[in-house]
Amino acid sequence: MSLIEKTLAGGRRYWLWLGFLAVLMVMALLGWVQEQQVGLGITDLSRNMPWGLYIGQFIFCVGVGDAALVVMLPYYLHHWRAYAKVALLGQILGTVGVILAMLFIFVSMGKPVRLINVLLYPHPRSLIFWDMLTLSGYVILTAIIIFRLLIAEQEHSAPPLWTQRLVLLSFPWAVGIHTVTAFLLCGLVARPYWFTALLAPRFLASALTAGSAMLVLILLLLKRLELFDAEEDALRRLATTAAYCLVVHVFFTLVEFFNVFYGGVPQEVEHVDYLYGGLTATSPVAPWMWLSAVLALVALLVLLVPALRQRTPLLLAACTSAVISIWIEKGFGMLVGGFEPSPFGATPPYVPDFSEWKVAAGIWALGAFLVTLMYKIVFSVRKEAES
Amino acid sequence: MKITRKEFLELSGLSVLAAGALHAVHAVKAEETSHPAGAQADPPKKQMALAIDLRKCRQRLGCNLCSAACNAAHNVPQFSDPRHQVKWIWSEPFAEVFPLDQNGYTRRNYTGSPLPILCNHCDHPPCVEVCPTGATWKRAEDGVVMMDWHRCIGCKYCITACPYDARSFNFSDPRTALQQVNPDFPTRTLGVVEKCDFCAERLAKGEPPACVEACPEKAIVFGDVHDASSEISKALEESYSLRRKPELGTGPNVFYFL
Amino acid sequence: MRERWLITLGYGVFVVFFTFPLWRAAAARSSGSMPRLQSSPAGQCVAPVEQMRVAHMNMLFQWREDAVRHNNLTFVAYNGKVYRKSLDGTCLSCHDKQQFCDRCHAYSGVSGPDCWNCHNDPRAFAPRVMP
Repeated sequence: MSLIEKTLAGGRRYWLWLGFLAVLMVMALLGWVQEQQVGLGITDLSRNMPWGLYIGQFIFCVGVGDAALVVMLPYYLHHWRAYAKVALLGQILGTVGVILAMLFIFVSMGKPVRLINVLLYPHPRSLIFWDMLTLSGYVILTAIIIFRLLIAEQEHSAPPLWTQRLVLLSFPWAVGIHTVTAFLLCGLVARPYWFTALLAPRFLASALTAGSAMLVLILLLLKRLELFDAEEDALRRLATTAAYCLVVHVFFTLVEFFNVFYGGVPQEVEHVDYLYGGLTATSPVAPWMWLSAVLALVALLVLLVPALRQRTPLLLAACTSAVISIWIEKGFGMLVGGFEPSPFGATPPYVPDFSEWKVAAGIWALGAFLVTLMYKIVFSVRKEAES
Repeated sequence: MKITRKEFLELSGLSVLAAGALHAVHAVKAEETSHPAGAQADPPKKQMALAIDLRKCRQRLGCNLCSAACNAAHNVPQFSDPRHQVKWIWSEPFAEVFPLDQNGYTRRNYTGSPLPILCNHCDHPPCVEVCPTGATWKRAEDGVVMMDWHRCIGCKYCITACPYDARSFNFSDPRTALQQVNPDFPTRTLGVVEKCDFCAERLAKGEPPACVEACPEKAIVFGDVHDASSEISKALEESYSLRRKPELGTGPNVFYFL
Repeated sequence: MRERWLITLGYGVFVVFFTFPLWRAAAARSSGSMPRLQSSPAGQCVAPVEQMRVAHMNMLFQWREDAVRHNNLTFVAYNGKVYRKSLDGTCLSCHDKQQFCDRCHAYSGVSGPDCWNCHNDPRAFAPRVMP
């Protein structure tokens, strides 16, 4: 039976889940069509916030792409046996994350039918050109890897040498996609909040945290659903990875705050002030940013203390906190901080419109859909290989 | 030789990929030959610039003839929602245009009145740098930062990169926000970015920009700053002038006399 | 391989659908119901009719690139006449958008590039008196 056919055999629960996701996807598609026909004016994007939820989600999703790195690298470079069964799952999550990232850019565009212009008239000085190349290159590269690893599992053999070489190539590439994504923002003199050399390292730290935490959550869920029994050792190692990365993420954020506030240059202070509520008492993002900060510290506490992170409910809570914290900070705060406060007087704050949430939810649903199908294939292949 | 279905699919997939990659490489090569040095082209021989004499401009507070002339000439849509407005040349309060040139003690006369702002046609325009398709570029012959509305994909990266808020995105169909259409100039379409282009269509006919012509106080001087004998060069030599955010290194080419 | 006939049928349906525009165009050509476009009132176009018919889109694209991107506005025609490279200024000063462009594009089912989302039809503003 071919690999694709394996997605067609599933129980009631499987089909209901896929059906639910399909409904979300169709709603998003309709919402997007409307945004394109009436104009992005029906969203809450504006002169002042030309980029919003979509580009924020794009940044976060590129970060999900690094979920692959946290398991593939230890397994293929350091031969951690604990990740033997998990590595492929991480790679699938990462690849799907990058696909979502590209979709989020696509829906943010005003004239998507002209997308091909990026290739017809390439402009190598623009980071979008490189982003498009590295992201699509990463998807193609890792799709080949995933496919080959699946075949190898099916045939009970080690993946061919060239596949292993591609795996090695995918590691620097995974770092590259997030670096290029950070460069997209941190080279702009117009936006002091992004104009910091620390942005790429910060993106990587938060991406590795969110990626490993997300993987823990998925593994716990799969265990609960009795679809895949992740080894305790794998979970423990992933939690440790998440802990280290979170420490670095929090450290980088505080380092940035020191520079901004001790230096006190008004144009730099005002953006952080806006985010955390110092500038206006009613800044609507401030509660979210503080929630993000508190969640990061909670996650940090649990993940740092071995006795705490070894208890499954606490691990679950910590990883959820870490993912939500970074989702708020990267998926939303990064953009709002870059654009607000407006240089020209007070403008109504950016609150993503229902239409934007709908489209974003649909894209995430597509991600869940793809991950479900791919995991289905993996588990079927493994079951067949065992029997 | 017999190939399996799997091999066939793999081979066809790879061929499509290879063909696509080849096309992309050719396109890059073609683009490189058409613009040998990309954005790092030689500095333009001429650099068109605008100097606004606020001493004269202040004579008529509340006058908006420059922006009215521009809007009419270029079919600039007038959206009522301030969040979606499209602006080529418009007014903002002094304190917000020159936030760093405030000391808190200046005479209100200087700082209290709004002043016209527009695209600065920078020496090193960040918008041109970031545009992924070359839909905006710095014209080699006179330094005007141009836009090609046919090519813009609406990614809004240029809006993000511009420190001067000089670029506007069409959040709705611009034709719904036009009272009158100038048939000699195209409108724009939903989802593209637009901005001031120093009236390239008038420059082609040897005329000055519409705002320059419309000013009743003759407060706006237009010309080539690389030409020492031009009117604008002489004006800049005589009086001290300000530019918006010169510390960013963009090299703005709109000057203000206080 | 009992489904062989089914697969063959599927291929057949696909090929017919995929090549449908070609069939339709061929049918339209032979039916003789082509719209008779009025040629330019001035009597001649910027290039021979045959060339314009098959390649006007290439010329428009070239003009567009030249005029917008290279500030190159003059076009010397095959007969030595000089024109300004302008869709609304030159082309539409002879041709009528509705009677010329739209009719043929609608007939041939080529929705065409969205020129008119931005470019204005001069006749929609000042009705032109035919000489």
